[in-house]
Amino acid sequence: MKSPMVPNSGTSKRRVVRAALAVVSFSVSVAVLAGCASAAQSTATGAGSFTKATQNDKSTITVWTDSTRLPAVQAYQKSHPNTKLNIVTFDGSADGSTYLQTKIQLFDRTGKGWPDVVFASPTDVTWASKPTTPSAQAFAAPMDELVSKSTLDNFAKGSLTPCEYNGHTYCLRNDIAQVVTWYNKSLFDQFGYTVPTTWEQYEALGATVAKEHPGYVLGWVGDSNSQESYFWSSQCPAFDLVKPNTLRVALSDPDCTRMATVLDSMIANKSISTQASNNADFIKDVAPKVLMAVGPSWYGQYIFNGGFKTPAGQIAAANPMTWDGDSTAATGNVGGAVWMVSSHSKNLKAATAVTSWLTTSNANQGGAPTYPAYSPAAKVWLANPANSKYFATDVSGAFTTAANEVWTGWSNTKFSDSTAWSSVVLPALTAGKTLTETLPAWQSAIVDEAKSVGYTVTTK
Amino acid sequence: MTALNTGGRLTAPATPKLARRRAPRRRAGLAGYAFVAGYVILLLAFGVFPTLYAVYLAVTNDRGQFTGLGQFIKVIQDYRFGPAFSDILIYLVLWLVILVVLTVVVAVILRSRMRPGLSSVFRFLFYIPGALAGVASVLVWMFMLDPGVSPVSGLLNALGLSTFSEVIAPQSLPVIFVLIAFWTGAGGWIVVMYGALNNIPDEIIEAARMDGAGPWKSAWFIQIPMISKWIAYMTILAFAAGTQLFIEPQLLQSASLGRLNPTWSPNQLAYVLAFQFGDFNGAAAVSIFLLAIGLVGAGILVTRSGLFKADNE
Repeated sequence: MKSPMVPNSGTSKRRVVRAALAVVSFSVSVAVLAGCASAAQSTATGAGSFTKATQNDKSTITVWTDSTRLPAVQAYQKSHPNTKLNIVTFDGSADGSTYLQTKIQLFDRTGKGWPDVVFASPTDVTWASKPTTPSAQAFAAPMDELVSKSTLDNFAKGSLTPCEYNGHTYCLRNDIAQVVTWYNKSLFDQFGYTVPTTWEQYEALGATVAKEHPGYVLGWVGDSNSQESYFWSSQCPAFDLVKPNTLRVALSDPDCTRMATVLDSMIANKSISTQASNNADFIKDVAPKVLMAVGPSWYGQYIFNGGFKTPAGQIAAANPMTWDGDSTAATGNVGGAVWMVSSHSKNLKAATAVTSWLTTSNANQGGAPTYPAYSPAAKVWLANPANSKYFATDVSGAFTTAANEVWTGWSNTKFSDSTAWSSVVLPALTAGKTLTETLPAWQSAIVDEAKSVGYTVTTK
Repeated sequence: MTALNTGGRLTAPATPKLARRRAPRRRAGLAGYAFVAGYVILLLAFGVFPTLYAVYLAVTNDRGQFTGLGQFIKVIQDYRFGPAFSDILIYLVLWLVILVVLTVVVAVILRSRMRPGLSSVFRFLFYIPGALAGVASVLVWMFMLDPGVSPVSGLLNALGLSTFSEVIAPQSLPVIFVLIAFWTGAGGWIVVMYGALNNIPDEIIEAARMDGAGPWKSAWFIQIPMISKWIAYMTILAFAAGTQLFIEPQLLQSASLGRLNPTWSPNQLAYVLAFQFGDFNGAAAVSIFLLAIGLVGAGILVTRSGLFKADNE
């Protein structure tokens, strides 16, 4: 391991070090003195219209979908053999994944490779509606220039709000995920309980269940989206865009602490689990003892039927719970994805046709796995026996009521609302802390994230 | 690991100093250039050029304007910078101490306190996990660490850990990453240390024994000092690899559905800056910090241990 390259004598080594130091300090001082430009990133402004690529109606279009909607895209391919589709499956931006954003950033830098149609989360629209670099064009094409106004007007009230930016609509909503009160009717009948209609009754039932049937739970908070089921329903101003660039994060607000108090008392008596619902242990040990759950419309098929394998005819849904003395009923929304068309697409006609079919057609949405955001399709969906036969009672009443009660104060921000919840709050709960004492840490994590993406933050 | 391929001779032949200095310059043929060209071209394309490009990005903004130290100041002030670097510091200290102590102790035991046949069986066993590629070994550990499916769930339960989320509590993460790194990386280094110990002439050990040194004394006073350069070499490479920690926290982050800080390590911070926020310049500044730390660390170890000094000087 001899290296004749390194000078052996002490003096020459010192000389080299001194010379190197001189070079470094010189270049540093030049750099500092040179009157530098700002290191801040360019703030992109959303340009309304976009430059279309040269169009070719025959070209193949690439569709990125999550695995849940893969059968829908394949069905389109089957019924429209003349459109050539290249179907790619990805994580669909679930659980705060930034895969799609990562890839689009890269395509924007290389100037090619964009998919034509993507399935995405509403969070994705916040970056896709603006250029990612000064030279790039916003990824999402304005749908208001591609589909008719009557089509847009038929989407459920407020469901396109996450798509809107600068007077344009950059996505079509696939589904809404209004939070309802799920309960196991068979177990409720067997135990002789009544379904709570207020959060106060919910907390009281928790104490009763803990005493009479320990081991049974009325819900869980360990999922990466549990904050949307509970704190959104409580109208907690955690992600409240009061102005386009001003975010109100006020977790000390009574509307937040009231929910934390209810959950803390139920976590303490173990009537609410802090585990994640997809955890193998949870499915094995806790799932058969789930009496109730506060969660979105897709819990029925995805969590109870698909995940927990609860037999058909047991699960039912009730209207969202209210607070004693509260006049307005409010509920949360957990997910509810969107479809976007790429502004770089060489075949906008086919891309728009696929997107419209996926989001608005009865053929697809009438039998979709989740509750359609397109109102005419939602009626067909509710009437479809395949969507109701699993449940003990008719869920359409609860679904329709909840769809109109989604609170609008929980905004669609440039960062995912699940990162801070999953990486700060859930580990603290696992370590035995209460939600009430974790609220300040959650607050500061959200504030840090919000500031880093350029929001002005108010905490009052 | 070129040192291994050259037979690992650390003790230089006793060439007289003067003779070597005055050796006539041999005329270099073109063959030499041709042989190194392949490597040099790849090094320039995939090593030097990307580094220079990172330096360029780190002193400019996304409009291509010169920003001086602006990007560095910006990333230092980022709320994720401090935690990421303190995470990696804790991890590095744990990892290097455990790596150095355990690999050297195990190598000495294998070399001096074990029958040769048994020793080679152990060396083979230690080496196996290292043959597993990085991602695969992290996946193995995800099974090991989830009490629901782990073959050692009894042990985890005994430690009071009954769910995966309890196992990956923030304060346990450095230990978990050290476990994974040790399990995958230490075997190779045990074999290297064993080879280094083989290079110590038997006469020296024999002389020590005749002077009354027991096995532990000769290990402490003869064997370990004589392989100190190998230890320094291992430390430099392990240090450089350790600061680059990325796959383990990244995979654990997605496998736990986000229960880990997505910017746990500096490399993850650079990744998030570049690919989530489109801030390639800030990401380059983070990577330059890592480069500087790696260079300073290697520089200190090289000069302190005399790694590149010839033995006869």
